[in-house]
Amino acid sequence: MSGQRLPAAPPITVDGVRAGYGRIEVLHGIDLQVPAGSIFALLGPNGAGKSTLLKVIGGHVRATAGEVHLGDLPVGGRSVEHLARLGLCTVPEGRGVFPNLTVRENLRIWTYSARIPLGEVEERTYTAFHRLADRRQQAAGTLSGGEQQMLALSRALVSDPSVLLVDELSMGLAPLVVAELYEMVGELAARGMTVLLVEQFVTTALAVATRAAIMTNGRITAEGSPSEMAEAALSAYLAS
Amino acid sequence: MSQFLEFTVLGLILGSVYAISATGLVVTYTTSGVFNFAHGAVGMIAAYGYWELVTHHVPGALAMVLVVLVAAPVFGVFIEWLLMRRLLGDTGERPVMVTLGLLAILIGLALVLFGENRGDTLSPLVNGTIRILGVGVTAQDLVIAGSAAAIAAALRVLFHSFRLGVALRAVVDDPELLATAGASPVAMSRTGWVLGSVLAALAGVLLAQQQQTSLDTYTLALLVVSGFAAAVFGRLRSVPLTYAGGLVLGLAVVYFGSYAQPHLGTLGPDLSAALPMIFLFAALIALPSVRLRAVGRLSTLRPPRVATGWESLIAAGAFCLVALACSMTLTGTVAGGTSSFGVILDHTMAYGIVGLSLVLLVGYAGQVSLCQFAFMGIGAFLMGKVAGGGSLLGLLLAAVVCAALGALIALPTVRLRGLYFTLATFAFADAAYTGIFPDTRVLGQGLNVGQIVLPGLSFGSNRAVFLLLAAAFVLTALLVLAIRRSLLGRRLVALQDSPAAYATVGLNAAFTKVAVFAIAAGLAGLAGALYGTAAGTVGTSDFDIFTGVVFVLFVVVWSVRTVSGAFLAALSFAVLTHVWTNGVGLFAGAGIVLVGWTPNGILGIGPLARLVPERWIGRRHRATGDAGSLVGVVDGREGEIRAAG
Ligand SMILES: Nc1ncnc2c1ncn2[C@@H]1O[C@H](COP(=O)(O)OP(=O)(O)OP(=O)(O)O)[C@@H](O)[C@H]1O
Ligand SMILES: [Mg+2]
Repeated sequence: MSGQRLPAAPPITVDGVRAGYGRIEVLHGIDLQVPAGSIFALLGPNGAGKSTLLKVIGGHVRATAGEVHLGDLPVGGRSVEHLARLGLCTVPEGRGVFPNLTVRENLRIWTYSARIPLGEVEERTYTAFHRLADRRQQAAGTLSGGEQQMLALSRALVSDPSVLLVDELSMGLAPLVVAELYEMVGELAARGMTVLLVEQFVTTALAVATRAAIMTNGRITAEGSPSEMAEAALSAYLAS
Repeated sequence: MSQFLEFTVLGLILGSVYAISATGLVVTYTTSGVFNFAHGAVGMIAAYGYWELVTHHVPGALAMVLVVLVAAPVFGVFIEWLLMRRLLGDTGERPVMVTLGLLAILIGLALVLFGENRGDTLSPLVNGTIRILGVGVTAQDLVIAGSAAAIAAALRVLFHSFRLGVALRAVVDDPELLATAGASPVAMSRTGWVLGSVLAALAGVLLAQQQQTSLDTYTLALLVVSGFAAAVFGRLRSVPLTYAGGLVLGLAVVYFGSYAQPHLGTLGPDLSAALPMIFLFAALIALPSVRLRAVGRLSTLRPPRVATGWESLIAAGAFCLVALACSMTLTGTVAGGTSSFGVILDHTMAYGIVGLSLVLLVGYAGQVSLCQFAFMGIGAFLMGKVAGGGSLLGLLLAAVVCAALGALIALPTVRLRGLYFTLATFAFADAAYTGIFPDTRVLGQGLNVGQIVLPGLSFGSNRAVFLLLAAAFVLTALLVLAIRRSLLGRRLVALQDSPAAYATVGLNAAFTKVAVFAIAAGLAGLAGALYGTAAGTVGTSDFDIFTGVVFVLFVVVWSVRTVSGAFLAALSFAVLTHVWTNGVGLFAGAGIVLVGWTPNGILGIGPLARLVPERWIGRRHRATGDAGSLVGVVDGREGEIRAAG
């Protein structure tokens, strides 16, 4: 089982998932269908539990009830690194790079899930993000916020995952950089993977998404096409 | 010239000895973020294991393989599983305590299994002498120099050119991200400890073979201590710099011993033994990158409620009555000898005062000091020397001079980050213990301290001396509690919560810390002076650096945040040192491992906490409960509007 990768772009099925931290429940029963090969945007106000749901799907947080499936594969009970090697790529909120390692050393770590040699990892990354090429010997912690996110996203670029989870790619970045990053997410999805995006910038996210849902207070409160969700999002944010 | 070459060769060999242990330290720190005080003790156990095998006629090379490549990795896996995995990412003082506890356990085990000294030397793996630049060098020395260089080079390549090495460095920074990227953080942590244990064992066996003297538990376990300076020179991260630091240090020690020491003559004590520690101290002060980082700590600990003035006075009164009752059993004079019970009582009071100084330092201010026993020694020295010994002036000076010395030491080091500050205090303690105390003009084998005689009042009897010590303990306890209630005390607690915030508010954090360290040093000096007059005669061994470390562990095991913790630590320590000397370290180490997870020590454990009125001890706050209120607030407030892209 462990050597077998996930099929390309499987659907993500979230079934009655409850989860939290310690005794505090954050997700109160989530049901969600992310269709195979879609770009799914998950929106919602701060503290709604979006990152927590991504952590459950990625194996970081155990669900206390319910189950998540990637295609046929149940996530529960599997270690984070095992899921990563099976083809699940998570770009976490805020800190997707090792600050004390150089750009090149970060890319060397990416080869754990990439299954291609370092040389090829470097070539793919530098082709997509030219700015990183000149900074390959620089400590990742000294890169600009945008460059750090490029480096973080390059893990998805080189590891050809079946499922990509991205948490707030835009955090603290200028709109131009955000546009560049989302363009890359679109390109990635086109290669055949299921993408689940968490984003605060509603219009940016909905522009690339093929489907979307809104989460408030640990529950999914609306789901539909991006255009439907644009309206719903506004009222959800205003209501809260 | 030829002489200079000779010294250079000798210095490089000594430097390789430092480097071989220092690089091991750096490997463990790089891969786990833990500064392993027990590194040398692992090597010591390995040397004994090797000795056992060889005396049972196992060939040297095979024994080496069995110890270094079989036993050491197993040990590494074991301690990673038992202890170190839980310390991943912990930046507080827990890692320091746990590795000190491991040091105490390993030394204790060796004392029980092998005794303090084997009275036997290890024969080197290779024999013969080679002449290099006209200097006779043993083959063993060459093996050590070669291994040191090869290890440094191999590690440099591993850490920078191999994926495994890069991942080993990465796991300290962010274990979770490493898992997300597809590598197991636990496997990395385990690999790091295996690598560290192998290097420790290799260094232990090689250095034990090189030692001309017979196998000695303490010498072997503390051999690595001289390498601390080299490791700090490499900022605990860089293997090449550490190697270079080791060589420079070796050269400096040999040059100093050969050129400078003869000119000093009888002027000063033999400084060459203390030189590595002086280097460590200098390196700590000189390296800017080890300064305090401006990060706050999320404190899940509720500090113990502080007793009010009245409560402490009532407790003090009760304590005095008990002390008076105990004193009734004491007879005779100090000069005539003290009963075991009397010695335990005296020691409890003297160590109790040291324990109180640790409550102030570690418990309130969060500064782990390993040099309180050194201040004790200095206090005893002053007590014995000033005005012919046994004078009240001596007692006073012991406190004042130690406080001044404490301020002097704290001034340059107080801005260092936790671990480095602890290392600085360790450097000072080691320099005092190995370089200054053994001098016959200081403590030597024994210094007659003398008893205090006041007009109409003599403290020559055992009963009077004990009462004097008990009174000093009670007054110190009241002082420590008063400090806790004062502005200074509240500042200290604020400082623990967030050094950064404290600095931003504009309060002078450095001054507060220097003041606390000075007060604690003065208290330890006072304790030493009292210890001296109660004992009559004290020697270097009374203020052993290792015993000092074990005592810190005792206080932490009981509870480093309360006066009762200091008292119980002193009592159990005094009793155990009399009943089972070899077991003291074992007990302390096991205690750290068992109750080290509860930040408030034994007195902070739930059921016990309920037995004792809450105001005497701190109770652990349930982390989930804290998060609960936090989440509630965040959840209730809900999100802000950030709808527009
Ligand atoms: N490690 C943790 N321990 C305890 N509580 C946590 C932890 N992480 C998150 N929480 C709580 O869980 C709730 C949901 O957090 P989560 O990070 O999932 O929200 P989010 O929707 O991603 O918010 P944001 O848009 O601000 O990133 C919050 O109330 C948060 O305080
Ligand atoms: Mg989030």
